Amino acid sequence: MTEPILSGHQLTRRFPRRSHPALDGVDISVRPGVSLGIVGESGAGKSTLLRLLLGVDRPSSGEVRFAGQPLDRVRPREFRRQVQVVFQDPRSSLNPRMSVASIVGEPLRSLRIGADRAARAERVAEVLTAVGLRPQDGRRYPHEFSGGQRQRIAIARALAPAPRVLLADEPVSALDVSVRLQVIDLLSDLVDRLGLTLVLVSHDLAIVSQLCQEVLVMRHGRVVERGPTADVLTRPVDEYTRTLLAAIPQLPTDLLEEQ
Amino acid sequence: MTTPLIEASETVDAIAAPTRPRRGWRSPSLIVGSVLLLVVLALALVSLVWTPYGLDQADPAARLAGPSAQHWAGTDRLGRDQFTQLMLGARTAVWIGVSSVAVAFALGTPLGLLAAAAGRLVDDAVAGVIDIVIAFPTLLLAMLLVTVYGASTTVAISAIGIGVSAEVARLARISASRVFTQDYVLAARTCGTSTPVILIRHVLPNIWHTLLVQATLAFGVAVIAEASLSYLGLGTPPPAPSWGRMLQEAQSTVGVAPWNVLLPGLAVAVAVVGVNLLGDGLREIGDPQLRTRRRATGR
Amino acid sequence: MTVLETSGLTITLDGEPLVRDVGFELAARDRVGLIGESGSGKSLTALALLGLLPAGMRASGRILIDGRDYLDAPDRQWRRVRGRTVSIVFQEPLTALDPLMPVGRQIAGPLRLHHGLNRSDAERRAIEWCDRVHLPDPARLVRALPHEISGGQRQRVALAMALACRPRVLIADEPTTALDVTVQAQILTLLDELIEETGVALLFISHDLPVVAGLARQLLVMRDGRLVESGPVDDVLRRPRSDYGRQLVASAARVTRLARPGSVSGTGGEDR
Repeated sequence: MTEPILSGHQLTRRFPRRSHPALDGVDISVRPGVSLGIVGESGAGKSTLLRLLLGVDRPSSGEVRFAGQPLDRVRPREFRRQVQVVFQDPRSSLNPRMSVASIVGEPLRSLRIGADRAARAERVAEVLTAVGLRPQDGRRYPHEFSGGQRQRIAIARALAPAPRVLLADEPVSALDVSVRLQVIDLLSDLVDRLGLTLVLVSHDLAIVSQLCQEVLVMRHGRVVERGPTADVLTRPVDEYTRTLLAAIPQLPTDLLEEQ
Repeated sequence: MTTPLIEASETVDAIAAPTRPRRGWRSPSLIVGSVLLLVVLALALVSLVWTPYGLDQADPAARLAGPSAQHWAGTDRLGRDQFTQLMLGARTAVWIGVSSVAVAFALGTPLGLLAAAAGRLVDDAVAGVIDIVIAFPTLLLAMLLVTVYGASTTVAISAIGIGVSAEVARLARISASRVFTQDYVLAARTCGTSTPVILIRHVLPNIWHTLLVQATLAFGVAVIAEASLSYLGLGTPPPAPSWGRMLQEAQSTVGVAPWNVLLPGLAVAVAVVGVNLLGDGLREIGDPQLRTRRRATGR
Repeated sequence: MTVLETSGLTITLDGEPLVRDVGFELAARDRVGLIGESGSGKSLTALALLGLLPAGMRASGRILIDGRDYLDAPDRQWRRVRGRTVSIVFQEPLTALDPLMPVGRQIAGPLRLHHGLNRSDAERRAIEWCDRVHLPDPARLVRALPHEISGGQRQRVALAMALACRPRVLIADEPTTALDVTVQAQILTLLDELIEETGVALLFISHDLPVVAGLARQLLVMRDGRLVESGPVDDVLRRPRSDYGRQLVASAARVTRLARPGSVSGTGGEDR
């Protein structure tokens, strides 16, 4: 069993004026090279968990560790460099007044990666190409792109510092159905090519099944089931997981077999 | 069905962009506002190099004369040319307006940004201070300062600047807080961007349009405040000319020379209405939603 | 017997067509799914069928309700049809319901308007409808305000409201998109049950093919304001005629297909 790269131990997060904790004693461990899906419905605590793992929010109790070290003992620049994130809606995650190149180059500038301006520009061109955009798209602005392309820009920004872990918060649910598949394929391809470890938060088990080897099912701030995706999806133990699986709208099965 | 039916979000998205008026640079309020303001600015600028008469040049033979070829705006009770006074008054108004807006923004913007960027405690404290200053009438503040330091242009500028700065701080705080809730600020954090850089790179570019509109409105407030202070004898001290003092001096002779009251009043109105219209026009142009939507949907 | 029929429906804004030449008909017990992405014109089509196009938009073609053309009918005539013959349910019931009015009175409103019921009869009917849409404790729930109940319950209220006057056509515009999957499943089951019971014709609008395929018998696919595909659900799913239809079916099949043992590789895509 490899050492987890990112882990949470007994994470609890309470918010003022809420009777129930948003997160209630959650253990999570992300091992290098094993993509993990976090599944649940609204109010399950998925996004709260993601924010804790991302170090933009602190747990009320419990601890997040990066490569075995508690987060407050890790150099922030090192952590940010290694752990990056893609948000749900690229319409709000990209500053409308910045060019694509400066958006994608932001982590490089802020984390002082790259020897000089030219080196950073080269890296920006490289990641834009990696997500299927053209280097010259860097001169344009987010509103000139479609939803799917904008999400590619957000992915390029996350990839720029060459992180080991990529957190993704519902990365396709704000996109049109026909574009979703392209973004899923892109993520899956990047995971393979760059050896990324993906932590995918989604309400959609089907998408998690496409991208993650392991899955964690959450409900009301707790983990109700976890394990290899194939096991959880085919032999769910928890009652709620079963309900969740049964609720997914399906095309007629004989049609799928024909394909 | 009696419910409002145009609420489905997709529908609104699809519809909102094309049906809104996009007059941009040709908006009537922008044009009229600019013209009115240009008139005031021109009077102020020309007064630097030329006025019809000297400021204290009195013509005792033509006291309280009506508008004529010699005196375009008539004369006051000492026989001084009113148009000269109006021009010099414009200079005072513009100078005090611009300086106090500068003071207001120099104080208010950092305060508002600080409140938005800092934690809850600082934010609550700043919000409290802002509320107190807003509740405290600018004129009263000015009177206080004048009692302590005596009437002078500097005191007037400080008093108006401080009074208006609260509004600026409030607006900066609100608009910056809104930007802070955007995912791109969170994304910037996760890119390791520091808070000061986030303020400069992400927040300011997204709120300066709003602040610019506020600046035009603040200029109008400052012009009125200056006129009121001078009217009360608390603003620009003589001999420096001021529309407010012109009004005050003319009120005893309003029966014989009504134009002496009308014209400075009109000058104040032109400046204030002009700058407010300009602000409205700028708001239409500055709304990034209005501008980007079209291009976004064009794809 | 056809209740609602539209043909050559074209919607323009400033002369720019947003919907072009759309036509279909709905008879009692029909279940038609209308698929399209944002901006495809599907929601505008729905609004046009209720005479609710936003100001500035022009519709042409024909909109026949019970054989009568309502295309240019004045609002007074539309009001007699809306809610009584043709009803609609929206994506987000929180914005479609009046936030300050108890839900019971919102269900009762159209009953009093269209069926001339008095207050107490209408309220009694509202309670009956809350029961029919399986809301818990209907007698108490009718007094709740929209924000006091859950999203799924609000959508049930919206359904009760839409069906209370026994319309013959129900337009459901993305009625489950804002809901969680498990709640979505419940609402879809309820919708299925209600249309079976009442015999109302359904026009189900969604971007989500599997959701629509579960409920509809006929499919219409819209893209860029045009119908690119239409026919029985099975035909469209098995033999899509347009490129877009094929793409839609393929991606829906892949996105919704759950992993089977042995096929989970973390890369997806190659499991056949």
